[in-house]
Amino acid sequence: MHELAITESIVAAVREKLGGTPVRLVRVEVGRLSGVVPDALRFCFEVATAGTPLEGAELDIIGQPGRGRCRDCGAEFDTDDWLALCDCGSADVEVLGGRELRIREVEVV
Amino acid sequence: MCATCGCSEGAAGVRVIDPSAGATGRDHGHSHDDGHSHGHSHEPGHGHGRSHGDGHGDGQPVAPDPDRGHTIALEQRVLARNDELAERNRRWLTERAILAVNLMSSPGAGKTTLLERTIVDLAGELPVSVVEGDQETLLDADRITATGCRVVQINTGSGCHLDAEMVDRGLRALAPPERSVVFIENVGNLVCPALFDLGEAARIVITSTTEGADKPLKYPQMFAAADLVLLNKVDLLPYLSFDVPACLAAIQRVNPRAAVLELSATRGDGLASWYDWLRDRVGP
Repeated sequence: MHELAITESIVAAVREKLGGTPVRLVRVEVGRLSGVVPDALRFCFEVATAGTPLEGAELDIIGQPGRGRCRDCGAEFDTDDWLALCDCGSADVEVLGGRELRIREVEVV
Repeated sequence: MCATCGCSEGAAGVRVIDPSAGATGRDHGHSHDDGHSHGHSHEPGHGHGRSHGDGHGDGQPVAPDPDRGHTIALEQRVLARNDELAERNRRWLTERAILAVNLMSSPGAGKTTLLERTIVDLAGELPVSVVEGDQETLLDADRITATGCRVVQINTGSGCHLDAEMVDRGLRALAPPERSVVFIENVGNLVCPALFDLGEAARIVITSTTEGADKPLKYPQMFAAADLVLLNKVDLLPYLSFDVPACLAAIQRVNPRAAVLELSATRGDGLASWYDWLRDRVGP
């Protein structure tokens, strides 16, 4: 349940920037290979924001597809699988993208 | 800061405990009054096709909108704070020529047993100290203490992993000597610890023959982050149907760059190679 620690990091980062300003929406980018489950993040967000200026805020999660590169043939492709297979048949795929965990922006009242 | 043992408390009731501080420092509780009730409603869904990326990353309000209030671009990594602290730990360790190793595995793979054996076998050669991470108890710290090694226990409470701040506090309490090795035994968990940089120089994942040979495929993120994978409990192979080549292939599939060593922390198989790996990392 590292999503609780992740949401606590989100709350701390937003408060560091905005202090006590009430926030009504937080928009985050979550890569599909980040190891973070969006539903768990939403659940934890409610818990982690309680009693903070983010209480009641909406959490808008923007998924980012994963990206892989075949170490054998060099092809790059989108994938949401850590164990992706390249079309050339190789399983030696380097994960290039999809691990993002970013706070993009917030909306304040 | 707790006056009894000098431990400090961060978020979520994390406790850093120095067993050598004596019995009075061991069993006091810390209560946190965070049991407040709350309820809130969510507005219905909205579109988010608004344009961003206008270069405002300085926390200044942009795009005033009477309906929606102000949008403020933050554009920062969620784990930026952890990663900053981890880099600080890494600098602190590097400046002192301390090799910090982050040991991760599922519960029961043999992390503590390997540490006990390693400490005893390398006594007099490599100065070693340990940061132990568990949700509760001093049981692992007591096992390390019994070897004569310096140890600090971090109890994460509800936490499922160590983070850079906990390790920072642990290192302060541990005060390891220069030119030494610090083993950081993470909370037994093959999922969450993979996400949190602690400032370590190397990540080691231990898997064991009493687990499935397919563990690397089931928990790819953890194995993908490893510098070294140790396959422990090979002494039990005659009694198990564990498929070693399949396990090695699974590791290779997830992380072709990881070094792999097969060993038994109890019987001693493969330990010479493990110690050589450590010596190479410590340097002359």
